[in-house]
Amino acid sequence: MIAFLIKRIANAMLVMLAVAFFAFMIFRFVGDPVEMMLNEQATQAERADLRAKLGLEDGFLVQFGRFVTNAAQGDFGISYRNQQEVIGLIAERFPATFELVIVATIISLAVGIPLGVVTAIRRGAWYSEALQFLSIIGVSLPSFVVGIVLILVFSVTLGLFPAFGRGETVQIGWWSTGLLTELGRAAILLPAVSLSLFQITLVMRLVRAEMLEVLRADFIKFARARGVPARIVHFRHALRNCLMPVVTMTAMQIGNLIAFALITETVFQWPGMGLLFIQAVTFVDIPVMAAYLCIVSFIFVALNTMVDIAYAVIDPRLRGANG
Amino acid sequence: MAALRYALLAGVMSAALASAAAAETFRWGSSRDIGSLDPYSYGDSFTINVMNHVYEGLVRYDRNLAIEPALATSWEVLSPTVWRFRLREGVSFHNGNPFTADDVIASLKRVSHADSPLKGNLPAYKAATRVDDFTVDVELNGAYPLLLNDLTNIHIFDAEWLAQHNAEVPTDIAKGIEGFATFNANGTGPFKVESRQPDAKTVFVVNPGWWDTPQHNLTRIEFTPVSSAATRVAALLSGEIDFTEDAPVQDLPRLAAAPNVKVLERTDLRTIFLMMNRRDELAEGGKNPLNDLRVRQAMQKAIDLELLRDRVMRGKSRAAGMIIAPEIPGYDAELDKLTPYDLDGAKALLAEAGYPDGFAFVFNCMSDGYVNEEQLCQAIASMWARIGIEPKLDIAPRPVQTPKRTGAKADVWTLGWATLPMLDSYSPLIQIIHSRDGNAGVFNWGDWSYPEIDALVQKASVELDRDKRLAMQTEALRIVGEEVIAIPLHQQPMSWAASAEVDEIPQFPDNKPRLWFVKK
Repeated sequence: MIAFLIKRIANAMLVMLAVAFFAFMIFRFVGDPVEMMLNEQATQAERADLRAKLGLEDGFLVQFGRFVTNAAQGDFGISYRNQQEVIGLIAERFPATFELVIVATIISLAVGIPLGVVTAIRRGAWYSEALQFLSIIGVSLPSFVVGIVLILVFSVTLGLFPAFGRGETVQIGWWSTGLLTELGRAAILLPAVSLSLFQITLVMRLVRAEMLEVLRADFIKFARARGVPARIVHFRHALRNCLMPVVTMTAMQIGNLIAFALITETVFQWPGMGLLFIQAVTFVDIPVMAAYLCIVSFIFVALNTMVDIAYAVIDPRLRGANG
Repeated sequence: MAALRYALLAGVMSAALASAAAAETFRWGSSRDIGSLDPYSYGDSFTINVMNHVYEGLVRYDRNLAIEPALATSWEVLSPTVWRFRLREGVSFHNGNPFTADDVIASLKRVSHADSPLKGNLPAYKAATRVDDFTVDVELNGAYPLLLNDLTNIHIFDAEWLAQHNAEVPTDIAKGIEGFATFNANGTGPFKVESRQPDAKTVFVVNPGWWDTPQHNLTRIEFTPVSSAATRVAALLSGEIDFTEDAPVQDLPRLAAAPNVKVLERTDLRTIFLMMNRRDELAEGGKNPLNDLRVRQAMQKAIDLELLRDRVMRGKSRAAGMIIAPEIPGYDAELDKLTPYDLDGAKALLAEAGYPDGFAFVFNCMSDGYVNEEQLCQAIASMWARIGIEPKLDIAPRPVQTPKRTGAKADVWTLGWATLPMLDSYSPLIQIIHSRDGNAGVFNWGDWSYPEIDALVQKASVELDRDKRLAMQTEALRIVGEEVIAIPLHQQPMSWAASAEVDEIPQFPDNKPRLWFVKK
């Protein structure tokens, strides 16, 4: 078991190193940050000086090595644009992204599970087919289009929700939350719905497939034969049995949502990590880009590693050969 | 019935009270955030513009962009290299500290420090000495007529506050240590910083102790960056913001049609022109035809400026014959004549120069640079194709394109120049047209050299008589036109949009909102 753990963690670290390496490869093509940092009146000599001072003139491997050494000690440097410590900037933005992702996940479960059940037990009914069809649209609509349509309908035309921002936030220690104020809750709704649309479809299709599988099982037939009411058969017995994969998938998707929230965050000016990253790209703020990519890949890798370990704990076959 | 009447009355009254209180809050939805609260942190004129509500300079621009006294009340030139400034008495910083000569000296030192990204904004500065509490002598490297123009953008900090918080020098990013002035501000300006959340909201409140009589009636400014253009438009339509300085061109008709929004349009001081590689070889090798005046003239004649204005810019730009706008000192209407579109003439000139079959070259444009730049470049490329030359369009974001431009990997490129912050034709002449030499010709990316112009610019740079100086600059600009060193295109349009509740908001041609002139 110990050997298995060490192997998994070593794997995870290798993945992180690879991500950082590719990130640095890309940075060579995003342009020259110094052009954005100095104003029009700076001379070429001043520009060259600043480049040298920031270490941008060093070779690729030297820059990469320096980044990995510093990052391993938790030092991601200072943002070129904001002149703040990168780690602090990201910590400041993390709560916004995390709340958005959690609310989006709750919405996707609350809507996706009932829809999945309905389309499974009423297979063939016109509304089931219609929902199936709509779900395809849900998957294929780009999220910035969804966001803008939501803004036009609910902010401009109906005036119900704000078009951008987090509303009012409350500070609890280093964590800022918008969930405790009315304005904050109103502000999170549109971006969360926009982010959850894809997820709803995913949950609905998964629940439907699992339900169809379970409904064919013997214990459902026996329950029906005993005269248990359909509602109880469906929701208490069948649905319970197909929630395991839904929970696993939802946990795994949180990493995805955090990464893809950047489009939603840009449309709604949601001050989260994704918006920070987009701004960093615009201004060639290399320290912020590098740290963001590393932290997001860390979240992915950590979630995956934890799931793997959990599976290994539950199922001895997975560690049998190796451990 | 009486109860109903009271209820109605109460309702009307509370509505009136609410609007009276809210009317003075001005919500600015900007297309981008400021870099930090420290105006000397990042070479970014937008940050300086926004922070100008908090910090002031010794002099400032008035409603007509003429220079007027601000923290200095008067000045005299003691010798060509020493200027004496008398400071305004009775001014205090937001923290209550009085404004004195020491503050001026500390601020000038800070902005000219080796680590300051803005030291180029005050190129002539050598040293400052205190004469008494309210008199400062500023010593310069040499005679320099545009000191006041530069000083409009040099914000004055409180020396004591800087010392107390260890912020006397600008933040050095390479050291990786945060600076106090990045998160805190203490100026003398009409507004104070109340709070700041980067990328979310920065709140300014009115400074009741401001030394000047306010011409605005705002009590609070909520500055919110909304980077997505569609969201910004939606927020304006739904009344969540009162103003944006960047209304997208494609949404202007829709904004203008909305009853609660008004659109403000005019042309910017920023003049867009094309510059050319003048080295011996083209970017991709081979002899450079752009060194032949006839080729440059042919390329100029092949561009239909009116068509560009009417179609690409939707009639909103002003076609230009000079590289500066009419508002800029040194402008001459005689020189601002458009070169007529002449396809046959262009072809004849090319043939005469020995390129009847044209030649290929790299045309470098930015995707996020100037208004409608991509379409503009595509249109120009197809106009050039008609005379048989083959521009290879290379379009990418600014940070990617600039190294190519400075590194001789482009033959023709777009450049926009507003002459900011000095608002004088000396700015493009020294920075773009002058030969590359130390501080001069920083934007001379094509390595051209006209000794005649250099001599004029050098003479102008030390000429303290304004009329004589401007005459020299105009003469230099005449040569720029005659030699087709640049091909002027237009002054680009700028569009602001404000809520109908905003009564007065002057739109400045330098595209900088100055909210201390706003009435709501």
